[in-house]
Amino acid sequence: MHLSVITSLTGLALLGCILELLRRHQLREKYAALWLAVGSAVVPLGLFPQMLDSLARGLGIVSGASLVLFAGIVLLLLVCLHLSWESSRLEEETRTLAEEIALIRAALEEQNRPAAVAARRTEGGAG
Amino acid sequence: MTPGSGTDAAAGSGAAAGTGARRVLVIVPAWNEAEGLAAVLAELRAAVPAADVLVVDDGSTDRTAQTARAAGALVARLPYNLGVGGAMRTGYRYALDQGYDAAVQVDADGQHDPGYVPALLAALETADLVVGARFAGVGDYRVRGPRRWSMRLLSLVLSGMAGTRLTDSTSGFRACNRDMIAFFARWYPAEYLGDTVESMVGALRRGYQVRQVAVAMRPRTTGVPSQSSARALVYLARTALVLLLALTRRVPAPQRAESATRVPEPAEPAGAAR
Repeated sequence: MHLSVITSLTGLALLGCILELLRRHQLREKYAALWLAVGSAVVPLGLFPQMLDSLARGLGIVSGASLVLFAGIVLLLLVCLHLSWESSRLEEETRTLAEEIALIRAALEEQNRPAAVAARRTEGGAG
Repeated sequence: MTPGSGTDAAAGSGAAAGTGARRVLVIVPAWNEAEGLAAVLAELRAAVPAADVLVVDDGSTDRTAQTARAAGALVARLPYNLGVGGAMRTGYRYALDQGYDAAVQVDADGQHDPGYVPALLAALETADLVVGARFAGVGDYRVRGPRRWSMRLLSLVLSGMAGTRLTDSTSGFRACNRDMIAFFARWYPAEYLGDTVESMVGALRRGYQVRQVAVAMRPRTTGVPSQSSARALVYLARTALVLLLALTRRVPAPQRAESATRVPEPAEPAGAAR
């Protein structure tokens, strides 16, 4: 009995966090969809942990809890992989931006340089 | 970005056989190299007086950019350190935008003798990418143990792909023609060994002609080479991994039309794009 109290409270807290982050525009939609799906699976499972027992037995797994653990680990691995992919993409994008900035700086400097050179020349002529 | 540079370049590529007519950009990636840079730039000016020199300051915290500017070089300053690959792609983008006919990469640490630059440029007659190689008979650069095995592995695989001897694929002393510039401006790996090994594998897989020219390398004027054997073993493993990834990863096609399409841009009604 205590177990289902803990799991259901955890599930509800998780769903609350997700909804709040979404409400504050802190989560992009692509992540929001994933986490909403996770949240809506966790809450009923938290309330009735024995829900998955029959499905688990059908798959040859002794208890529903094991099935939940297995599915959870697979999901987390996929999420990690997705984050690595996202950060690789972001690094590539920031690299491109950095290069563009360097080229724009160089172009700006080139535009200003003739004036500087001319100024130096007139200084030299005067001195 | 100078108007008309595209047409000049198009006319120039026809006359590229005469070395005097082609526009050459020397790209010097530099990260905190203020000490040795002035000497390298002075030697470059003496060796290839007609070439423009672009120093790509890779997020230096010392006076690298000022030193380069004082020596009369063009300077592109990256906002933070990207590694040699990022600095080099910046350089190749500049070369592509400005319509250069050839680009030469020279390290800022004094390891590469600018005196060999004309030889590299001359070899572009028969190749798209020319690499200045240390182990080809000239000079006395020696390595032993696992580091040597890594070099052997690299040279075996790359020579096989190129159909010509490539003994020093980790050399950062190289020259490129226009096609190669267009390719590297789009794709130049920035990861470990990406700027040397992976970029060369990519060029070979895209069917570019790569060949080497023997050069003697000087001891670096700054920095210390790492020589411990544990490090060399790690190096071997990483080399093998980089090689494996380079051989299997997708390599994007170059956008040959890019330099041509960029030039007419000002002809469009101003303000239409913005």
